[in-house]
Amino acid sequence: MVTFRKFSGAAAFAAAALFCSVALGQVTFHRGNDSEPETLDVQKTQTVTEAHLMRDLYDGLMIHNARGEVVHGVAESHTLSADGKVFTFRIRPNAKWSNGEDFKASDYVFSFRRIMNPETGAKYANILYPLKNAEKINKKEGGLKLEDLGVKAIDDKTLEITLERPTPYFLELLTHQTGLPVNATNVMKNGSDYTKPENWVSNGAYVMKEWVPNSHIRLDKNPHFHDANNVQIERVMVYPTPDYSAASRRFMAGELHFTTDIPADQTKFLKEKLGDQVKIAPYLGTYYLAFNMSKKPFDDARVRQALSMAIDREFIAEQIWGGTMVPAYSFVPPGIGNYGKPAIAAWADKSPIDREDDAKKLLAAAGFGPGKPLKVEIRYNTTDNNRRTVVAMADQWKQIGVETTFINTDAKTHFAHLRERGDYDVARAGWIGDYSDPQNFLFLFQSDNKGFNYARYENKEFDDLMKQAENETDLKKRAAILFKAEELITRDQSNAPVLFYSTKNLVSSKLQGFHSNLRGAYATRFYKLTN
Amino acid sequence: MLPYILRRLASSIPTLFLVVTISFFLIRVAPGGPFDLEQPLNETVLRNLRKLYKLDEPLWMQYLLYLQGLFRLDFGPSFSNLDMTVAQLFAKGLPVSIRLGTLALLLAVGVGMTCGVIAALRQNKGADYAVVAFAAAGITVPTFVTAPLFQVIFGLWLAWLPVGGWNDGAFRNTLLPVLVLALPQMAVMARLTRAAMIETMRTNHIRTLRAQGLSNATIIRHALRAASLPMVSYLGPAAAALLTGSVVVETIFGLPGIGRYFVEGALNRDYTLVMGTVVVIACFVILFNLMVDIAYAVLDPRVRYQ
Repeated sequence: MVTFRKFSGAAAFAAAALFCSVALGQVTFHRGNDSEPETLDVQKTQTVTEAHLMRDLYDGLMIHNARGEVVHGVAESHTLSADGKVFTFRIRPNAKWSNGEDFKASDYVFSFRRIMNPETGAKYANILYPLKNAEKINKKEGGLKLEDLGVKAIDDKTLEITLERPTPYFLELLTHQTGLPVNATNVMKNGSDYTKPENWVSNGAYVMKEWVPNSHIRLDKNPHFHDANNVQIERVMVYPTPDYSAASRRFMAGELHFTTDIPADQTKFLKEKLGDQVKIAPYLGTYYLAFNMSKKPFDDARVRQALSMAIDREFIAEQIWGGTMVPAYSFVPPGIGNYGKPAIAAWADKSPIDREDDAKKLLAAAGFGPGKPLKVEIRYNTTDNNRRTVVAMADQWKQIGVETTFINTDAKTHFAHLRERGDYDVARAGWIGDYSDPQNFLFLFQSDNKGFNYARYENKEFDDLMKQAENETDLKKRAAILFKAEELITRDQSNAPVLFYSTKNLVSSKLQGFHSNLRGAYATRFYKLTN
Repeated sequence: MLPYILRRLASSIPTLFLVVTISFFLIRVAPGGPFDLEQPLNETVLRNLRKLYKLDEPLWMQYLLYLQGLFRLDFGPSFSNLDMTVAQLFAKGLPVSIRLGTLALLLAVGVGMTCGVIAALRQNKGADYAVVAFAAAGITVPTFVTAPLFQVIFGLWLAWLPVGGWNDGAFRNTLLPVLVLALPQMAVMARLTRAAMIETMRTNHIRTLRAQGLSNATIIRHALRAASLPMVSYLGPAAAALLTGSVVVETIFGLPGIGRYFVEGALNRDYTLVMGTVVVIACFVILFNLMVDIAYAVLDPRVRYQ
């Protein structure tokens, strides 16, 4: 009885609170996020989940606007030196931290030094290696000190960043969560405890007020934000929703206004039910197969070509992924910055039947046929969609006389195995771009990229082209060089691109100002909620 | 009784020690480590991280350090939630799991036993068939089916209850998860009680009571005491499992309990989180088994502990 009274009391209180918040006109945005963040220490973050949160909490020098375009954030303008190496940013005069302190260029100097300091243990620091001396400092080479990093505060509102070499994608790179600032005084005072709600200081549209792991993170509007007048949504409740099916049910019940993914097998049902609240749009990512080129017969280009050709990508994209993925015939996704049309496989336009015939011929030339079938083992990390994808591919390969077996492990084991150069035939892999530039996709296949070059692709011509592109400052010429490099990848099919990722969101019709974009950048400050 | 309880508690220490030791080395056998990501780390950063988390020490040293921490109730930092220690994660999550588990347990025992008694007293009649059918369904249909189903029925179609979310523990938000957690246990309890009741009702002492002309209610009360023994032994492990949370229910309903830490910890190679969960679950199992044994002594006069 007592319990009941207590509960009904709580319910009455909740109802009253709800009434008050409605009466005060407080707008709360209920936002699904892929999973629980690993950390809210911005310089230690590395996942897309955390990027969504950081976009609301911090304002970087450059940011993505609602359409995913790179625009100025806490910087109001910038200049670039003639040699393309020195950026000078002018910080907004009204830029403040959420505790009311002035935002200073020196905070940025502190932030970049902190992420490059190997003691910090920032897992994604390498993305900022274009900064002068960054790599050496992060790897503790050449006896360089933190002060040698190419970031300098000229005065309180002027920041100078010097690069190792001209980097055409540097402004885009600054939109990444690794390029966000922390409040130097606060971090020095509270150490790693600066991420606790009671110590929280940030310079974005929102501040973090509460964090209950696996339940929610509450963000409230930051009144000191330089553009606070245009921020319409007062409060953001961010829920980890790793179960996409459950998240879509919560969306349908009106408990969520926004989700970061949808279950592939329910896409059709959701489209019928929710109409244009289902948003599917191209994303910067490639789902691919890596062939182990250090092993026979996968060192034979004909075998790789045949296997790649025989994959019916349209079928997999439509039937397995419910139209939430796009068939891929090149490694670099279309629409990427600083590039033109990617290098598409020559056989992309052929019908699946013609491709099957060609694939059979290639296999026969490589010595495989009815008497001697090619045997392939696919390694993949266990998810429902991966399993269904590789099973479909095995079925398609069966048509050209290939016998396929599977081996599946959890993601940690899978990628550790690939990286440690474990034995495999064909492995499933994926790559989501960190910035919109073809270099960020093609660098995976450089022979010196020990961690990512799962296929163990070694091609001097390719490596030379990548080096050449690195030193080319003319964007058009650079794009042409990178295209040549991609042509080699397409020709050799060391990796078979299968699908391009899409961003898949459920977006409530009450949410205004939403635009799907290639970067998957959805900052709350640009949105408005209506009743 | 007290010496017995103390003796039992003392003997649980080696058990716990064994569980900790085996789990500690077992989780480290799994390929990959907590810092293995799709993107490899540079050597210096990796070295610093390993040093920070004392993973650069030899394995035996890490083991001793872990044991030493455990004595101070320090479960160490979490590898997958960098901003919190394992103890902090449990401090936030365990009360949620215990609350959900307790409610589910009460519901399961109350409804399950009542159904079991009714079925036994009306053996081979409509009510009995209904209970048996319900119990069969409750045991065979897994929670990952009932949870979404209830979300659709009660959350979407009827719109009586929220589909998910914890909402700071509002009663409305706990109803569906508690029901989903309780159902399979309820089914097992109903079956156990029914079987035990049917058997007890045929025993000589019940027949004697009947011959003495006692009222039906009194006879049932006596029968229930004897019939509850198998259920009590089942209740120990069941309670431990319920109170330490369920990964399925917590993930589907978006609840901040500790059930998911076991699975997620293992998948992320979050060594300390897995170990912490192992210790907590082991303690619960040991505690509830002890409580079962004590309950036995209270319920069954033939059982006496020295």
